[in-house]
Amino acid sequence: MNQIIKPLNVLIKGLSLFIILNFLFAAWQPRLERISAYNVVFPGRERLPFGEKSAQAYNLSLFDLDAMFASHVIHREVKADDEFRVILIGDSSVWGTLLKPEETLAGQLNVANLSACGKKVRAYNLGYPTISLTKDVMLLSFGMEYDPDLILWMTTLEAFPIEKQTASPVVAKNEETLHRLGGRYGLEVEADNPGLIQKSFWKNTIIGDQRALADIIRLQLYGVMWAATGVDQIYPSDYVPAQIDLAADEKFHEAEPPVLDMKSLALNALETGVRVAAETALMIVNEPILISSGANSNIRYNFFYPRWAYDQYRGMMSALSEQNNWNYVDLWDAIPADEFTNSAIHLTPEGEALLAENLVPLIVEMCK
Amino acid sequence: MAITQILIAAAAAFFWGTVMRERGRAWFLLAASVVVIFWLQPALPMRGFDFWIPVATLIITIFSWYITANEEARRAGKNRFVIAVVAGIVLLLNLTRYFPVTQILTASRPPQIEIYFAILLVSGLAFLILTRLAKFNAALLSISVIALILIFLAIKIPALTYWVSYGLRVLVGQSLTEVKALDFRWLGFSYLAFRIIHTMRDRQMGRLPAIDLGEYITFVIFFPAFTAGPIDRIERFIQDLRRPLIAPGNDDLLIAGQRFLVGLFKKFVVADALALIALNDTNALQVNAAGWAWILLYAYTLQIYFDFSGYTDIALGTSRLLGIHLPENFSSPYLKPNLTQFWNNWHMTLTQWFRAYFFNPVTRWLRALRVWKRPLPMPIMILLTQIATMLLIGFWHGVTWNFAFWGLWHGLGLFIHNRWNDLTRLRAAAWAVTPLRQTILNVSGALLTFHFVALGWVFFALSSPMTSWQVILKLFGVR
Repeated sequence: MNQIIKPLNVLIKGLSLFIILNFLFAAWQPRLERISAYNVVFPGRERLPFGEKSAQAYNLSLFDLDAMFASHVIHREVKADDEFRVILIGDSSVWGTLLKPEETLAGQLNVANLSACGKKVRAYNLGYPTISLTKDVMLLSFGMEYDPDLILWMTTLEAFPIEKQTASPVVAKNEETLHRLGGRYGLEVEADNPGLIQKSFWKNTIIGDQRALADIIRLQLYGVMWAATGVDQIYPSDYVPAQIDLAADEKFHEAEPPVLDMKSLALNALETGVRVAAETALMIVNEPILISSGANSNIRYNFFYPRWAYDQYRGMMSALSEQNNWNYVDLWDAIPADEFTNSAIHLTPEGEALLAENLVPLIVEMCK
Repeated sequence: MAITQILIAAAAAFFWGTVMRERGRAWFLLAASVVVIFWLQPALPMRGFDFWIPVATLIITIFSWYITANEEARRAGKNRFVIAVVAGIVLLLNLTRYFPVTQILTASRPPQIEIYFAILLVSGLAFLILTRLAKFNAALLSISVIALILIFLAIKIPALTYWVSYGLRVLVGQSLTEVKALDFRWLGFSYLAFRIIHTMRDRQMGRLPAIDLGEYITFVIFFPAFTAGPIDRIERFIQDLRRPLIAPGNDDLLIAGQRFLVGLFKKFVVADALALIALNDTNALQVNAAGWAWILLYAYTLQIYFDFSGYTDIALGTSRLLGIHLPENFSSPYLKPNLTQFWNNWHMTLTQWFRAYFFNPVTRWLRALRVWKRPLPMPIMILLTQIATMLLIGFWHGVTWNFAFWGLWHGLGLFIHNRWNDLTRLRAAAWAVTPLRQTILNVSGALLTFHFVALGWVFFALSSPMTSWQVILKLFGVR
């Protein structure tokens, strides 16, 4: 029997099924982001996915933390009995802008073949190229699921201003995680913060969430290129070096001398990070900065920091650490100016090696 | 074409095909095609030229019609009306320069209207002169074919394109410091040239039917097939165009819709996903192992097929809604058991074009040729025609060393297959007496052909022979 197919019926049925599927998807919210070809088909990435020119970097910026961690090599590695697991969190200087994975701080620590507490040190790069303490705390909370023995939290004053906290898209697009951290560890989150992007029911449908879903698929596809080339960012042959001649500007964000108002800094995020780490050893490191000797370097250390604000920040961190018994290391001037690349916090491979040399005895010390 | 442009074009075709049907269909196809060539033309850094290039397309098309049309068709009063409509559409597009909103139908703000009037005047005078030269029709046809080939070369040879860009910048008084060959892009010219040359050659051979100007323009710049083919034949196209469009039946709508959706899926899901991992100039030098190099090459091999055949499906689906049944361009080429069959099923309309206008005439000429009073041996004839045809198909994509190597690779491949087939056909037939053996023969042939074609894509995907050679060595683990 020949059945007559009516195109209009096909169209209506197809659309209806698609709408139902969208509603089911939004109501059920399947955790597709946890399904990853990394660590199964392709090797895990040495650092979290981030990239602005995906086609050349074979990498992309997505904001689903589960998908990001599922693509990381730490997701696969079952911690061996003889492994001393170190996770590094921080900004682009930890992630390693312009550096190959093996040239980053984590890479240099792994190359050093260290032993701590009679175990082999294996460092994991969980840095992410935006500057925000809150972003660091979010990544730390995910990193804690991998049972670290030591957390190296590399930070700098630029991560402290309150207005910077939700400026990172990773924070802005993960409102639920923020609230979870607020409820569990006391992270202060303004309920009506305009920087946070709230997910509506519509945003949870396939159509509403299409960008995020497409990003997850693209991340899997770029796994082929990561495996085939080992490339995960663009390495330009030339770049604009960090600014040496500086403006005669004493302002740090909205703050003016003489006093850096502690209320303008997200100290609560720092304290939350310490609470998230709980019993795990945590080392807070004030990361090295470029100390300029160019024009107006008597006013500013570099593009980011006027001297007065940065000096007060260092004093504040020392005092807070002592007061709270934090394990704090100040390496602000540990690296000479010619070992910085395109920013006052980005190091050359040699600079990273120097930094690693500074940290190695401290890591080993943590066991004693 | 971007997906939004495709959807808008398809929606317009659907509306006309199902609601308006035959009412003004020919005018709709003409007007839509004229608008689309402006709409799709990419922005050019030379001021105004993203508007003048489509204008040049129209002038070339109208001129080509004039020299190919017979006397009766030329005299038809309708042609003047067609010219007025086309000129009017272009004028309206030019007038959008005064709209305060962002340009939608042109790549950038259209140039001064006075220039357009000057071009109309000069073109009108040229046509007037042309009418006096009507008796030199045969010579004009040959000169026009040569002129089209020269423009084609100017677009396809990077060194020449550079000088075209340079010259155009001089013409409009723009800076010469940033001149690049890629500055000059004439959307759809390859297809335009081949459709026009087909009509000119058919006219020379007395095969071209009587066609009015509107039909001719619609054929040459038919919007669903303008950028990616297929290359139809005019006598087939006008049959569809002249046949009244009755309301498309369920089957028509289903077939057109299915074809269109499959095309969208092939292009925008499969091909665009594969493009992320397909072999290119950058990753060719970064890939670190032979196995991964093969995966990148397989990705390119599949990407180019899904991209191209996806666009073809979109064109076929869209045009079917308007009652135009464009010819097929692909028929599972990668599943064919030998290279000859591959080429009979890959970009079929292009290979048919070359067969009709190059391969067959050259073969006839070689057969008649006598060297020391003796005919050329058959294998030599086959070698010459196969290599020459495939080299030209390579150059159709771009006149570069890599396209030449790609053409040579396939030309030699076709020749070797031809000889091998002659030598082994009987033995193969005698061996493959069971279905299993026949399947073994077909599968192994398909695998071999697929890999031969894939290796050829190395030259096609990359821009330099040196990089291509390095990749081939890498594929075989030599480096």
